[in-house]
Amino acid sequence: MDNLIEYAPLLGSGALVTVSVAVLSLVLATVLGALGAAAKLSRKFAPRAIAQVYTTIVRGIPDLVLILLIYFGGQRLLSTIVHAAGLDYIDISKFWAGVISIGFIYGAYLTETFRGAYLAVPRGQGEAARALGLTPLATLWTVLLSQIMRMALPGYGNVWLVLVKSTAVVSVIGLADLVGLADKAGKATREPFLFFVAVILVYLAITWVSGLALRYAEVRVNRGHET
Amino acid sequence: MKFELVFRHWDLFLSGVWVTLHLTALALIIGFMIALPAALSLTRRSRFSPLVRGYVYFFRGTPLLVQTYLIYYGLAQFEFVRESWAWFFLREAWWCALIAFSLNSGAYTAEILRGAIATTPKGEIDGAKALGLSERQVTWLILLPSALRRALPQYGNEVVFMLHGTVVASIITIQDILGVGRTVNAKYYIAYEGLLSAAALYMVITFTLVWVFRRVEKRYLRHLDIDFGQTGKKPGKVAGADAGVPQMR
Repeated sequence: MDNLIEYAPLLGSGALVTVSVAVLSLVLATVLGALGAAAKLSRKFAPRAIAQVYTTIVRGIPDLVLILLIYFGGQRLLSTIVHAAGLDYIDISKFWAGVISIGFIYGAYLTETFRGAYLAVPRGQGEAARALGLTPLATLWTVLLSQIMRMALPGYGNVWLVLVKSTAVVSVIGLADLVGLADKAGKATREPFLFFVAVILVYLAITWVSGLALRYAEVRVNRGHET
Repeated sequence: MKFELVFRHWDLFLSGVWVTLHLTALALIIGFMIALPAALSLTRRSRFSPLVRGYVYFFRGTPLLVQTYLIYYGLAQFEFVRESWAWFFLREAWWCALIAFSLNSGAYTAEILRGAIATTPKGEIDGAKALGLSERQVTWLILLPSALRRALPQYGNEVVFMLHGTVVASIITIQDILGVGRTVNAKYYIAYEGLLSAAALYMVITFTLVWVFRRVEKRYLRHLDIDFGQTGKKPGKVAGADAGVPQMR
């Protein structure tokens, strides 16, 4: 127990890394998801095909495999490019490799979430806005977006909860996140059980707080739609 | 790209595929055996339901990697564990992975089954009761056959997620598909080939599973194509409107 108190600041910094990776990847995933959904809903063939390949590949491969591919493969690719340009060795930051990998993976899931949410908004909403003379962009921004957000929220929350747990695997590429630091602390003190229980409690706390926030957000976006 | 190095070690990859499939299948079977009673106790508010709810919340709320670490590295901390009969299993990475994966899959499957049982149309149960079936008969002849079928699309996702989850085994030294890919990469100091081969193998297995589940769903969810106004879903859309790619669980 004394060890846990001694290592508490270290674990705290690890938890901060975990949360930062999770939040930044969610931002990236949201951008990729929005682009992906727009591409999948496009009338042109090429964007649809690219988005389809993206979601299919991501969902067929385990997250850890993609993270390792992006980290080690990306490192090798970057070295080759940098070397060809006659520059010195550049290291990919583990933090950003983790953020990019996880954002890339969950962008594919959010693509489906956003696409489904767009399709769930009644067609008449967009048509009416267009008939009133709004430009396509104004239609999307003022009429559709808030409704898409309402439809997407349950799926979005679900992706967030899975994404948070997924961040645990970035410790495998050596990032000093909560899991990686707890592993080291557990080995140093020979009390791994204690430290992993602490990690589990932090994850449960994140899940719990997220659950509360999501429930609040769902009530809020559903104002006026209560049954 | 030197894929001949991968082909030279095809036997390693084959054994990796076996390890991955073996672990996935066993974890799913044991998980299902945990999930069925757990789901029934969740829907009936038995004495055990708080305990079961805690189990499901715990395993669904934490990463599989940490659960595996807790069992593999964590339990070895205690002397009484190391001196008990259980040490025979707990010192082996393979058994620890299997225990963690089974408990994890059990929790997710329990939640899927609970949902399917809870959304059983009331008329099915009332009809069975009206025919004079005992409670046990209602459960085994009506409730479960109906709920298990409707759980199929989501269970298919759970199967794919368990397959993808087994990569955690490679972190605790097991030579599954990813483990072999990383070994080959490390052996020849290459960056892509082993991992890309592993990725391709996972994709092939994933989409085979997805295809199998779509066939099975077509067979066992045929009756739901006719809508009696109970499910409120559109005809022909029951088997997952977006089938074909694994969904988020």
